[in-house]
Amino acid sequence: MSEKIIEQIVANVLQGRRDKNDEGIDEGYDGTPGVTELVEEALEQGVPVEKVLGEGLSHGMTLVGEKYESGEYFIPDMLAAAEAVGAAMEIMEPYLVKDGGQGSKGKIVMATVEKDQHDIGKNLVTIMLKGAGYAVVDLGVNVPAARIVEVVEQENAGLLGLSALLDTTMPFMKETIEELKNKNLKDNVRVMIGGAPTNEDFAREIGADAHGKDAFAAVKIADQLL
Amino acid sequence: MSREGVQVAKPYQRMTREQIELVHRTSLELLEKPGVLVYSQEAVALLSDAGAKVTQTREGEYDAWWVSIPPSLVQKALESAPSKVVLGARNPENQIVMDAKGYHVYFGSGSETNFWLDVKPEIFVSQENPENQRVFPTITRRRGTVADLCKSAHLSDNLENLDFFIRNVNIQDPDINEGNKDVNKFFASLNNITKHVMGGLTDFGQMDHVVRMAEIIAGGREELLKNPVISFITSVIKSPLQVVDETAEKLIKIARLGLPVVISSSPQGGSTAPIDEAGMVAQVNAEVLTGIIINQLAQPGAPVIYGAVPVRARMDDLHDMYGVPEFCYYNTSCAQMARFYEVPCYSTAGVGDAKVPGIQAAAEKMFTHAVVPRSAPDIVHYAFGLLEKTNTFCPEQAVLDNHHIGMVKFLYREPRMDESEMERVKEIIEEVMQTPHRLYSRYTRRLLRSGGIFPAYPFEGEGDDQDETLLKTHEKVQEIMGRPRQHLSEAICREIYEQIPGLLPRLNPYEA
Repeated sequence: MSEKIIEQIVANVLQGRRDKNDEGIDEGYDGTPGVTELVEEALEQGVPVEKVLGEGLSHGMTLVGEKYESGEYFIPDMLAAAEAVGAAMEIMEPYLVKDGGQGSKGKIVMATVEKDQHDIGKNLVTIMLKGAGYAVVDLGVNVPAARIVEVVEQENAGLLGLSALLDTTMPFMKETIEELKNKNLKDNVRVMIGGAPTNEDFAREIGADAHGKDAFAAVKIADQLL
Repeated sequence: MSREGVQVAKPYQRMTREQIELVHRTSLELLEKPGVLVYSQEAVALLSDAGAKVTQTREGEYDAWWVSIPPSLVQKALESAPSKVVLGARNPENQIVMDAKGYHVYFGSGSETNFWLDVKPEIFVSQENPENQRVFPTITRRRGTVADLCKSAHLSDNLENLDFFIRNVNIQDPDINEGNKDVNKFFASLNNITKHVMGGLTDFGQMDHVVRMAEIIAGGREELLKNPVISFITSVIKSPLQVVDETAEKLIKIARLGLPVVISSSPQGGSTAPIDEAGMVAQVNAEVLTGIIINQLAQPGAPVIYGAVPVRARMDDLHDMYGVPEFCYYNTSCAQMARFYEVPCYSTAGVGDAKVPGIQAAAEKMFTHAVVPRSAPDIVHYAFGLLEKTNTFCPEQAVLDNHHIGMVKFLYREPRMDESEMERVKEIIEEVMQTPHRLYSRYTRRLLRSGGIFPAYPFEGEGDDQDETLLKTHEKVQEIMGRPRQHLSEAICREIYEQIPGLLPRLNPYEA
């Protein structure tokens, strides 16, 4: 019984179906339960949390990653799958904590820096990180350095992701890192940056720990830094 | 089942109806006065018997006849010429149905270039910094061979946007001569492609052999007429307004055989035709009409194709020019004339004046690829791999053109804009607005898989500071060349070799 529902979870992760109203990639799924409903059902049935997470969600995401690598899947497929897993992770969180675990793989704060309204890249990173099992606090766009640092402190985040699309807003990344240093928080939190005008040199220059060239790189960085 | 081509539901109308009729009237006037200068006695006899006024003259060493063609002859020919012509194929699913009243466009190759470009990746080391090593494509230009023709037919069989094949390399092997050229070029083509093969004949004397070869492949005379795996191109007109002797005889014979034929006329604006669009279109239209009249007088109802190939002269050397706006004017207007007459149209696009693949070639080719087919001619030739006008063929360029034609075909899709579609997208917008990141990505997935989203450029390199398009295309050519060839069966090859003289033994895939 538990094998069947795990199989369904994997299939629906591959289809990127968050819930029963989602259209998947292939025909034949309309109206059937999506990942969130299936995870709820599995937990109700008493399927062990680790099994739902490991053999269901994580395994599904691994298969999605493989399909992306081979060219069969595209970014929208990855995002849809990550969204579905991210939503399921929120349902799983209390069970994981109850079982004595830490809950998510770690806490990450994401923000587009001050005076910058661009958030496509930051959103992609957020969705992918959630799909990879991280708890993400997304502060949105045009966030002043002081506010970012305040939330990092409150949430006790292990990683901060900063995004900027404009060369004129890039300096606010540096300002945010300076602000972390001023509050003596820089040793507690690692910083990764991203966005079209940024690169590794710039990351080094401003004291960031890493530069992610895309959402996949961001997930790898999170895995290494946390 | 036949090939799909691309539908151009609302063809580009360069000329108004009044302008089309004006061109038509002017062409009729030109056909009466000055008339056409005909060098073929057989064609003159047909025209004269049908009521044309004929005056004998002498042009240099040859007899010639000034023929004044009355409008009634034009009318009669246009009435008997069919509006539908089928181009058959070894694989019947590759048939093309040309319908002058329809809106489907098909793309093909052509035509008999003298040179072939080999692309080879080589490693180059910077003189300034020997650490800096790069791979660049080198290009070698050499004369084409029959082996190249086999390769290009195989390549063409594998290009999804190529609907019909006109040989794109002139075979210049030492053992090829006028007496065996036609049979070998048709065999090399037909034995390596399952799509329609269209071509000209070098030697009138070879026609029976070529037709017999096609009959063997199609399964007999009657089957060939139902599924004409070959068709012919006759350059019966020498611009301005002259009918060539031997080609007229070929045209008459092909008409009587009942096989499809293109009346090809290729005046050059600025040398053999007026450079002005009005003059060019009126003249080339009169020239093609002359060919259609001869064809229909020889055999009323014979399948015939309107083949205007007007080009512009380059002003510094009087060579042809294909990648210029005037070329688009001429050709889109001619496509309108063919549609006016309801005779299937053979048009031209995608020729690069550039000598090698690159920026100039891409600009010139995409320019005409995007414009000319928009006027919905039935078939577009010269569309794959041609460079240096029509003097050079490059397989890598053909692969690039194949992709670019795919882009153009996608461009011609009709907008999907109706009530149900609007309801669907409205629901999506409402849904997305309720989500945290407001991203539409997930809603692209089904469209992506049903061919509704055009793919990324497939020949993009990974580097940030070098154009790797040609290298990537070369990899694709190598991959296609490694695929199995779709040869004729052993029994058919044996029959062909037994019956057709002059075939090179090395072209027989079953020869040990």
